[in-house]
Amino acid sequence: MPADDLIELRDICFSFNNTRSILDHADFDLRRGERVALTGPNGAGKTTLFHIIMGLRKADRGTVRILQNTCASEQDFAAIRGRTGLLFQDSDDQLFCPTVMEDVAFGPLNLGASDADALEISRKTLHDLGLSGFENRITHHLSGGEKRLVALATVLAMQPEILLLDEPTTGLDQDVEIRLIKILQNLPQAMVIISHDHAFLKQVATRQIRLQNGKLVSDTPQ
Amino acid sequence: MTKNSILTPAGKLTAGNRTDKLDPRVRITATIILAITVVSFASWQAVTATIILALFMMAFSEPDWRKSLHRILAMDGFIVATLILLPFTYPGDVMFTLWGFDASWQGLYRAVMIALKANAVMCGIIAFLGNMSSTELGRGMTGLYLPIKLTTLMMFTVRYIDVLHHEYLRLRQSMRARAFRLKTSRHSWKMIGYLVGMLLVRAHERSERIIWAMKCRGFHGHYHFARLPRLSRRDFLFGLAMLAVWAALITLEVLCPPMI
Repeated sequence: MPADDLIELRDICFSFNNTRSILDHADFDLRRGERVALTGPNGAGKTTLFHIIMGLRKADRGTVRILQNTCASEQDFAAIRGRTGLLFQDSDDQLFCPTVMEDVAFGPLNLGASDADALEISRKTLHDLGLSGFENRITHHLSGGEKRLVALATVLAMQPEILLLDEPTTGLDQDVEIRLIKILQNLPQAMVIISHDHAFLKQVATRQIRLQNGKLVSDTPQ
Repeated sequence: MTKNSILTPAGKLTAGNRTDKLDPRVRITATIILAITVVSFASWQAVTATIILALFMMAFSEPDWRKSLHRILAMDGFIVATLILLPFTYPGDVMFTLWGFDASWQGLYRAVMIALKANAVMCGIIAFLGNMSSTELGRGMTGLYLPIKLTTLMMFTVRYIDVLHHEYLRLRQSMRARAFRLKTSRHSWKMIGYLVGMLLVRAHERSERIIWAMKCRGFHGHYHFARLPRLSRRDFLFGLAMLAVWAALITLEVLCPPMI
């Protein structure tokens, strides 16, 4: 396996309650520096694929290798979760601390940072995203766009090597979307982005894949 | 819903009053001691003294009066049924008879005592904890070595009551948008049943997504709170004053025998 493979999925099968097959011997690779767009019809299993990569759902068969580690048990996944950042579809799921600052500091604290370091990292992350001054805002009083950016900050504060973004632009107005595009273009991390917004993907992604009938197929426009 | 919650969000703290400079640990301890003491009092003099003291301290903490009154009334509304029924269910000297049921003086006395005690505790909580942010409360609870699970549960409640309430409002709105009006009919009850059921299902699914989101950020089962600074002179002085008041109240209780 080449050293720059960040995610390697081989022969992944997944079904809900053994009835509806979602993933059918799917293969996927993510290399350093790539920004992959993942498209597909509603209910095709794009979010499920992310959950399998994070170890939140278990594949029926197949191997998951993240950052050169084969992940099978909860412990394996727990070890790499700090290095892979997942942005959830609904930011309300992701922001569970009362204030923005605590939410952003939550990840670094769990990764063993000291109080002072966690505050420093959080402040810097918020500043980098243009969210300075949001530290003491109440998470559930934020607007939809602000929530999304703060959720992104909570993920970035863990300084992950891979980003998985689940429909990052849904519900955002044009201004916030443009801001998000700029942010994503400037991030060094390799990322996979689920979205139905083709104009957005065109500006951000380096290649496109499509999830269809349980398989991942290349869909990069020629 | 936020209007009725016990905790004021951190962003809206009214700065400048005297209690919020105190350490949360001292404030929580004072509240717990006051609550336990007043609940175990048997003489009305001691209970009245406590409620006057609690009101005094409430005034001292400069709360949002409207909101505080709203909270007190909400609690009183909750216990009023018990208080009305108590004279009829407590045996003792008959005060009057209503539809063949005897109301006793002793029962009335109990009811008044319960009402006074409940309001005293409520005023105490508003005075000491009312303007504390949930984070401070969490920090204080962790600082006092209260069970981590309790703290975590409290933090989640603060965060998600609002989300659930919004979910309820959204569902309710979508029902109204399709011309649903609440009536006393079979159809109405069925639809409200669906609404509550749907709310439970959604809450369950959301809880699953939240724990996933937390795991993705390396959650190991408990919150990390920033450590609190050491207690200051002000905290010790407040603690001493509270001890003196506490001793005075207990002396009053010992000196005054219970009326009944």
